[in-house]
Amino acid sequence: MKIGKEEVLHIAKLARINLDESEIETFSRQLSNILENFEILDKVDTGNVPPTTQPNPQYTIIKEDKVQPSLERKDVLANAPGKEGEFFKILPVMEK
Amino acid sequence: MTEINTLTVLQAHQLLKTRKVSSVELTRAFIDRIEKIDPLILAMVTQTPDTALKQADEADRRIAGGDIQPLTGIPVIIKDLICTKGIRTTCSSRMLENFVPPYDATVVERLKAGGMVLLGKSNMDEFAMGSSNENSAFFTTRNPWDLSRVPGGSSGGSAASVAAGEALYSIGTDTGGSIRMPASFCNIVGLKPTYGRVSRYGAVAYASSLDQIGPLTRDVSDAALVLSAIAGFDDKDSTSSINEVPEYIQGLNGDIRGLKIGVPKEYFVTGMQPDVKIVIEAAIKKLEELGAIVDTDVSLPSTPAALAVYYILGPCEASANLARYDGVRYGYSFKNSQNIVEVTEKSRQYGFGPEVKRRVMLGTYALSAGYYDAYYLKAQKVRTLICNEFSRAFEKYDVLVAPTSPGVPFKIGEKIDDPVSMYLTDVCTLPVNIAGIPAVSVPGGFSQGLPVGLQIMARPFDEQTLLNVAYAYEQATQYYKKLAPLAVDQPGNGSNKPG
Repeated sequence: MKIGKEEVLHIAKLARINLDESEIETFSRQLSNILENFEILDKVDTGNVPPTTQPNPQYTIIKEDKVQPSLERKDVLANAPGKEGEFFKILPVMEK
Repeated sequence: MTEINTLTVLQAHQLLKTRKVSSVELTRAFIDRIEKIDPLILAMVTQTPDTALKQADEADRRIAGGDIQPLTGIPVIIKDLICTKGIRTTCSSRMLENFVPPYDATVVERLKAGGMVLLGKSNMDEFAMGSSNENSAFFTTRNPWDLSRVPGGSSGGSAASVAAGEALYSIGTDTGGSIRMPASFCNIVGLKPTYGRVSRYGAVAYASSLDQIGPLTRDVSDAALVLSAIAGFDDKDSTSSINEVPEYIQGLNGDIRGLKIGVPKEYFVTGMQPDVKIVIEAAIKKLEELGAIVDTDVSLPSTPAALAVYYILGPCEASANLARYDGVRYGYSFKNSQNIVEVTEKSRQYGFGPEVKRRVMLGTYALSAGYYDAYYLKAQKVRTLICNEFSRAFEKYDVLVAPTSPGVPFKIGEKIDDPVSMYLTDVCTLPVNIAGIPAVSVPGGFSQGLPVGLQIMARPFDEQTLLNVAYAYEQATQYYKKLAPLAVDQPGNGSNKPG
């Protein structure tokens, strides 16, 4: 499977990663090479095989719906790049 | 008397219990040791000597009051992906360089309750993606056996710190071999417990269906002690198991007579170094001499597909888990942006290193419209086949043994430009995470003076048998007693004797 530059840009957009010119070139080559190594899976017969999402599934944990102390607001906001009062501060999402 | 920095946890515990040494003395010795040796090894991202001495003092008071648990007052280094309240947790990434968690991981909470002394946080491949530590955004940790070689990854700093005598034990995480492989490269014991055995709460998520926390220790008894201390149900991790946690150390008797051991032939892969093969074959012979019944004609036919399964599922889960790094709530945030989308796109451009971008993009691609069935769903189905093959094998055998890595520690720079050759170094460890079973790497011998790890795999939640086989081998061979050149007493090496 060949991943061209166009496709790299499309994936980067979906992944919300900006790339510079040299990265586009490198990822095109490397991702193509990695995908080539995935072709081994085409040879595995999985006709009636169900998928596994996690190993050792045992039961569903049910927790009591009880109010518990949450993290301290000031501790959480201490890591925020932008804040104002009790809130995270971000650039406008919608135009005026 | 043994050098203080090469004691086992159990030996140090005895010294603390009999008051031959205090936790403060022990801790000071390790702080000095780190100061002298870490500039060569580069195992630590953050050192916390003040916290350590405060915790050591508390531990001494506890011990004086007659309250001593196996890990009370014992200095530890924790992988910098496990959240420590008030102590920065970087995942060796620019993205989290200044992130200070507002809470402790459950593992840290448990260790604290047991009287932990935290020396600091260890270096790793960024977000645990890598096999050499070269993907750290800060610096590459060196192998104490040969400073020009990698310590393995991703828990390379954790493994190197123990092998260099910087801590009595360390905590790492294993998503595709990230505890076992560096343990193998540094001649220590690395245990990847069953998926669900140890709570993952507070471990920064890479691939949630594969990640597991475990100990890196000097010997098998220590791994047993640490596992008992950190394992068990946690209501903050819905995949953690309610199975009871045994005192694993009580079950170590080294008697493996009559035990059935299988050797899956697919693990002796093409590209395996011949010297490594010789060491592993000798190890298998040793297990036979110890009374085990060995069958070398075992086949797990889907094993060659495991690499592809892992490098689809891991990146797919990573692409979802790492979506949280958006430059808004915490982590690196690009300034001077015009709009909110640009903040995210550029924060991720400059905050993530090349391997993280590669895996996030690979996962995004495999989950995108038109490719989901061909990659993600197909990999999940092959995952079922791999799980079933292990289950069938464990109907016949108590444990399986194989190499941990197809080669000895490689040179820094040797594989970094070729992702596929780097991924191949994990070929013997990945299937274990895919199936969620427990496995351990134990010092297996040497090739050209470099360590070779013996990997032992067992049924889900049968860490007891797993550890006992490792213990039998360790006691019969004593390879773990051979220390890295940098760990032993040499003038100027910064070794310390108990006072």
